[in-house]
Amino acid sequence: MSKNIKSISNPKLKLEVLTTEEVQKIHDATLWIIENVGVRFPSKRALEIWEANGAAVDHEKKIVRAKPQLIEDALKKCPPKYILAARDPEQDCSLDGNHVYLGTDGCGVEVIDIETGQKRTSQLSDVRDISRLADATEEVGFHWVPVSAQDVPPEARGLHEVRAIWENSTKHVQTESIYNADEAKAAIEMAALIAGGKDKLRERPVLSLMQCTAPPLGHDGGSLDAALLAAEVGIPTGFMTMAACLTTGPVTLAGNLAVGNAEVIAATALLQLACPGAPVFYAAAQTASDLRTGAYTGGGPEDFLFGAATNVLSDFYNIPLSMGAFATGAKDPNWQAGLEGAMSSFMASVVMSDMLLGCGFLHGSRIWSFAEMMMDCEIFSIMHKMMKGIVVNEETLALDAIAAVGPGGHFLAQKHTRNHMREIFLPEFMDRRPYSEWESKKDDARDWALAKARKKLKEHQPDLLDPKISAEMAKIIKSVEKE
Amino acid sequence: MSEEMYKEMAQSIIDGDSDKSVELAQKAIEIQMHPLDAITKGFVVGVNYIGDQFGKGEAFLPELVMAGEAMKAAVATLDPELRKLGEAREIMGRVVLATVEGDIHEIGKTLVGTMLSASGFEVYDIGVDAPADKIIGKAIEVDANIIGMSALLTTTMVRQREVIDELEKEGLRGKFKVIVGGAPITREWYEKIKADGYSEDAIGAVKLAKELVGKE
Ligand code: B1M
Repeated sequence: MSKNIKSISNPKLKLEVLTTEEVQKIHDATLWIIENVGVRFPSKRALEIWEANGAAVDHEKKIVRAKPQLIEDALKKCPPKYILAARDPEQDCSLDGNHVYLGTDGCGVEVIDIETGQKRTSQLSDVRDISRLADATEEVGFHWVPVSAQDVPPEARGLHEVRAIWENSTKHVQTESIYNADEAKAAIEMAALIAGGKDKLRERPVLSLMQCTAPPLGHDGGSLDAALLAAEVGIPTGFMTMAACLTTGPVTLAGNLAVGNAEVIAATALLQLACPGAPVFYAAAQTASDLRTGAYTGGGPEDFLFGAATNVLSDFYNIPLSMGAFATGAKDPNWQAGLEGAMSSFMASVVMSDMLLGCGFLHGSRIWSFAEMMMDCEIFSIMHKMMKGIVVNEETLALDAIAAVGPGGHFLAQKHTRNHMREIFLPEFMDRRPYSEWESKKDDARDWALAKARKKLKEHQPDLLDPKISAEMAKIIKSVEKE
Repeated sequence: MSEEMYKEMAQSIIDGDSDKSVELAQKAIEIQMHPLDAITKGFVVGVNYIGDQFGKGEAFLPELVMAGEAMKAAVATLDPELRKLGEAREIMGRVVLATVEGDIHEIGKTLVGTMLSASGFEVYDIGVDAPADKIIGKAIEVDANIIGMSALLTTTMVRQREVIDELEKEGLRGKFKVIVGGAPITREWYEKIKADGYSEDAIGAVKLAKELVGKE
């Protein structure tokens, strides 16, 4: 079931969110920031690399200042295209600028239990269930570790999580929960088991890493070390800025883009200085903090604009983009969740962000909901449909059918209608029933989405991971766990 | 004359103008206004006003933060005078605040600190990625009433428990109230680790802190 992956390609819709001159201005501002203000790289290894390449390094504050030329030359080494390999090669995701894939969101801390409907702490079995469901869902192209496995030891948690996904799905795994050198080394070994050797990872990277930057203008040491290790073996790595207007970034959108851009391209340049040609991606989920509480909003008009603008930046650098989408502050899969999911995914898709992260979350990336996941997937399907735009040609102008029907009458009995009717979008979760039917049941999208998730989970059996590989992975994990 | 000046002082805080508040504090010293009067009849009035407006949703976070900074600057200018007089400003209590080791999430912790300061607590914010000994050391050094710990990661929330265990081991648990917060922190967790309280937001943290020092 669902070997097929649905992705958006060859879009007909277009949107100009930034002009060429505006992008150039943001780029220039970014280079000015990196040269004059600097970016913090709290990793010994990272600082050494910068220093060896002629950047000015303040070792005490761990701040790097680099000349524009150094950054621009390094960025030219980024490969513009590559694949995110899947355990099943037919499910590889091609990051070539002409595909938009949806992933599951990641690192939630609580789950709305699929049976009881109660909110509770996330655990390893949730990672298994969600990845199995994602495996069965054609809208989901690849995985993030959806929630944290809080019932396993923290020092090896990230490893338990990726293993659980590989055991339950043949799709590509991207993780944001491996952010130190020890776990990264172990994860690389685990990925090598699937790829058929460490040297095969470059060709078939079945794992990719996402690291957060530490806005404003900083990085996390563990994340940098993990990213450098991944780059060595050709595991695609992206740095995600979450610069938030008001708190960790300037209040104005352009300034916020420049700060986030400085974080991302400085770290991307570092990886290229260390390992020229390493596959990298740009990642972002900027937002505006709430004016009254400072809360991470995850949604709202600023987010939607960032969603479209960031791809213009990543296109400028010619590297793939992973864009935060579907984020919502809603506590329940409701109006707000639908609005934020639809707007953010539209804005990020219309500009062809390569990866959308992701479906399934509520409450500012904290609570996983199975119903929300299914409804987000339907929103993605609607985007998929809309991006195809309106095709105008002899066949679609339908003059023969129009002439045959004439004034009055209807098109229901026309061959032309039958030939094309399946092009009309058929929603699963939109209520188009008679009022009385709704009145007698009082159910809605949330109930149907949940029922769909339950059914799929009951029925879907993913292709098994070779038990030998699974056992080897368990050994690797054991070696990382403290006694 | 003083009335006018008190008003100006309050306004400097409302405007979040640190230069102005420091200037007024210096002027108060020059004209030998009692520093406690300058604080309580002047500057604090401004802080309270912004706090009220904020509570009503009419002032925004940046205004609150800037008012806090202007207040801090004014108090720092007056502090040496207060000491000379052998007096101290009445405070709600002393709080040592940190994001735990391995965790660099800063904003929530900083906001909690801002709100606590604005409500009259003396806050020692020792930043992010703070190891247990640093937190405890600071609490002993400043004779804190409360230790506040923020943790945003499920992998670092265990550090909150480590600090509590460490306090217990060193026989210091009774000396400090411990409050915790952050994205993954729930009632269950705070009860499990035997903290003295938790809160989901900064306003709640202030309420909690006041209760814990017996001022609510
Ligand atoms: C003492 O008493 C108290 C009382 C109340 C207290 C309190 C203390 N502390 C807080 N409170 C309470 O009052 C505050 C004010 O109302 C509130 O504070 P908050 O901090 O909750 O609220 C702030 C005002 C706004 N909220 C925030 O600032 C946090 C928002 C989210 C989106 C978030 C952000 C912004 C960031 N992040 Co990170 N981040 C997430 C967060 C998801 C979320 N919605 O919480 C979370 C927490 N992060 C996560 C992750 C995974 C990570 N992050 C990371 C990094 C970052 C940034 C640096 C990019 C950035 C922080 C920037 C900064 N300078 O602070 C990485 C960790 C690095 C590290 N070693 O710490 C990284 C590991 C990602 C990576 N692979 O690099 C997830 C944790 C998952 C888990 N299972 O543990 C996460 C839930 C998002 C997600 N789903 O991925 C209350 O909690």
